[in-house]
Amino acid sequence: MQSPGLSISEIVETLTFQSGFNTNVVILGTTLLGFASGIIGVFALLRKRALMTDALSHATLPGIAIAFLAAQSLGFQRRSIPILLIGATISGVIGIVCIQFILRHTRLREDTAIGIILSVFFGAGIVGLSYVQSNAPNNSAGLNAFIYGQAATMSSSDVILMGSIAVIAVLATLLLLKEFTLVCFNDSFAKVDGWPVSIVDLLMMALVVIVTVAGLQAVGLILVVAMLIIPPVSARFWTDRVWKLVLIAGLIGALSAYTGSVISALLPRKPAGAVIVLTSGVFFALSMFLAPSRGVIAASIRLLRIRLRIAGDHVLELSHDLNVSTIPNQAFDELSRIRGWSLPLRWLLLRALKHDDSVVRLSNDGLVLSAKGVARGHRVARNHMLWEQYLVSYADIAPSHVDWSVDQVEHVLSARLVARLEQELAKQGIDIPPATPMKPGGAG
Amino acid sequence: MIAFDIGLDLFPLLAATLASMGCAVLGNFLVLRKLSLMGDAISHSVLPGLVIAFLVTSSRNPIGMMIGAGIAGVLTVLLVELIKKLGRVESGAAMGVVFSVLFALGVLLIESEAVRHIDLDADCVLHGQLETLAWYGAPDTIPDLFSSSTLRAIPRQVLTLLIMAALALGFIGVFFKELRISAFDPELSTTQGYNASFLHIALMVLVAGVTVASFEAVGSILVIAMLICPAASARMLTDKLSTQVILSIIISILTAVLGYIGASVLPGLFGRDAVNAAGSISVMSGVLLTIAIIGSPSRGLIIKTLRNRALETQIAREDLLAFLYRAHEQGEQYVPVNRVLRAMQGHTRVLPKLIKSDLLESRDDTVSLSELGRTKARDVIRRHRLWEHYLVDEAGLSPDHVHEPAETLEHIRLDPPDFSGEDPHGKTIP
Repeated sequence: MQSPGLSISEIVETLTFQSGFNTNVVILGTTLLGFASGIIGVFALLRKRALMTDALSHATLPGIAIAFLAAQSLGFQRRSIPILLIGATISGVIGIVCIQFILRHTRLREDTAIGIILSVFFGAGIVGLSYVQSNAPNNSAGLNAFIYGQAATMSSSDVILMGSIAVIAVLATLLLLKEFTLVCFNDSFAKVDGWPVSIVDLLMMALVVIVTVAGLQAVGLILVVAMLIIPPVSARFWTDRVWKLVLIAGLIGALSAYTGSVISALLPRKPAGAVIVLTSGVFFALSMFLAPSRGVIAASIRLLRIRLRIAGDHVLELSHDLNVSTIPNQAFDELSRIRGWSLPLRWLLLRALKHDDSVVRLSNDGLVLSAKGVARGHRVARNHMLWEQYLVSYADIAPSHVDWSVDQVEHVLSARLVARLEQELAKQGIDIPPATPMKPGGAG
Repeated sequence: MIAFDIGLDLFPLLAATLASMGCAVLGNFLVLRKLSLMGDAISHSVLPGLVIAFLVTSSRNPIGMMIGAGIAGVLTVLLVELIKKLGRVESGAAMGVVFSVLFALGVLLIESEAVRHIDLDADCVLHGQLETLAWYGAPDTIPDLFSSSTLRAIPRQVLTLLIMAALALGFIGVFFKELRISAFDPELSTTQGYNASFLHIALMVLVAGVTVASFEAVGSILVIAMLICPAASARMLTDKLSTQVILSIIISILTAVLGYIGASVLPGLFGRDAVNAAGSISVMSGVLLTIAIIGSPSRGLIIKTLRNRALETQIAREDLLAFLYRAHEQGEQYVPVNRVLRAMQGHTRVLPKLIKSDLLESRDDTVSLSELGRTKARDVIRRHRLWEHYLVDEAGLSPDHVHEPAETLEHIRLDPPDFSGEDPHGKTIP
């Protein structure tokens, strides 16, 4: 695989698990891990613990060093992964407990507590590693792999481990989705309602710990937080339902791990952990921009539509104010200047008005309105007056203060609300303008 | 006693101390403004900046590296803000996304062929290279240091750190008043003409600068510890910001010196090789913070526990005296001890103390208030009934709701107003 060019068949082989046992093991293992961490990450994210998991993963390092020394003094010759992972779990949990202790008993806030534990524990881990390297050199190689990850060292037993973790994650989520959701969104309500909140919370945290420790070997303790956080954050753009969120996050996690490890297997010198995280970063960027409804592009289009509709209302209102059916160019320019509309916006606005059949054509005299356009202008102007009257007579707002807020409300009054307003104002004996437009007078 | 070796220890110690001071003084404002983790995010994500600068200039040119890391630092801040705003993502998650992706990019770039042959690896970025600052050919004695050759021998890293630390101290010194307002109340600061967001950006740029300067010498993890821990320790010790800043500087110097000794001297005593100094300094910052959390004279756990104990005892004593006073009012002069103990609900150890200090007289298995005890009890009961009276007459509570709050309020030592009469339950206010 040293040749720069990759043949299609090679790519297909790797993608379909046909390129040798070791590669398959790595791809399968990281994909399972990605699935599990995506699911579990949802609850860490909803519980606002994104960076708590970062502190957790950094805090595992001293445990790894101590476990290594302990295993050596007990006479284990090779570095034994289970013992190291047990050490990692213990010191990670101690780190989390310390954060909770600092939060409960001191005035320091969460971000500070997380930073303290993260750096102090990691510093202790570095001290431990340097001690191991200088004082117990035999077999110490490979401890660094826990910092940056070394997916290539995965064995088939590791895949079984990842697989069981994925199964546990799925089972726990299936069984406890309702409880998890409840505690994530409203823990005080859950407590009042009699749910064992602290047990549920502890369970969620335990799942996070399990996934983190399992991910240490594959992606390393600095990047494992990315596998927990990025898939759920990306999934959040696509849906507002928790079960869909869990499903999408799991899929994004699995997909980025799969893609990442395949790329890493195909290209030389590309550590799987980093490639996986970058791949999920790509998924994040895609989701953030492209997702319907919550995505940035969709949201901007929606916003532009609303702006155009409101600007259109303002333009058509002119026909009512000036009592004309052709809005002079001069008046339109003046309005654009006051409202600060840019040239592109004005262009879009005219297009939208024509598309809407409010404006028939642009002549030298100005914007020639259709009957529909005149009616819309009249309706908006009337809504403006109705709301203004309402504020003055019912909400006790001084007449000189109502215009600004009315300017925003006039565009969103529903037909039902307009009917109510007509009724209320008629009761007060206040004059309301007729619902049909007045006959436009001459040139105005 | 192991001697201080000028050649081996002087410059590393100096670098560690300067880095600590620069970080700590800025850290005060990060901790106050809930930005502690911004330092964390920046220190992870400058890695790609360093590597790209390295690829562009194809040397370890310090100025190029500084610019690259600086750009990466500012980019991190901007990206986090952008994702928070556009994607409506919670700030912790936004930081997590940005710094992990950037760090992954850095790791990938470092592994690339172009960087491979020069010695830049992720390890130095994480835990620094304090040990490589050793001075070969250093004079053996301290008096020999005062010569021009010393100035020439100062390594570049130490000089950079010196400049950054001076900048940080200068910035905080000059803009202290403005920073204080903007840390506690950004809106007020802006309306008073000190632009809070400008100060914020200046602060973040300086944080990025100090972080980058500290990298080469002490590594990114130590930077996080130094930004947060001394400031957090100082915050446990005082409520005044200026005192906090000064304390944090002192603590940061202590941390660096003690941590360095812990790494180089301590293992030697046990016949072991030295351990990583940067790591040891972060551990030391944690140790000092723990000491501050436990032993702080105003907010420490010990003093808090003692204060709570003292208050508990005072309340138990006053409750016991009030209990006996009420019994005397009912005409019962001598109250059986076991009934008193039952009413005390566990706080039984105050009874013998009260007898000892002559507030109570005991006869057989009964106790009674002494003359002195009676005056004290009278004060408590007076406060209790005055409060009840106040709560009903002035605060409009109904008579059957005031006993509980009065039970609490009676222990506050106030000068009660001159008032005599009856409480809402028809009892005389003594």
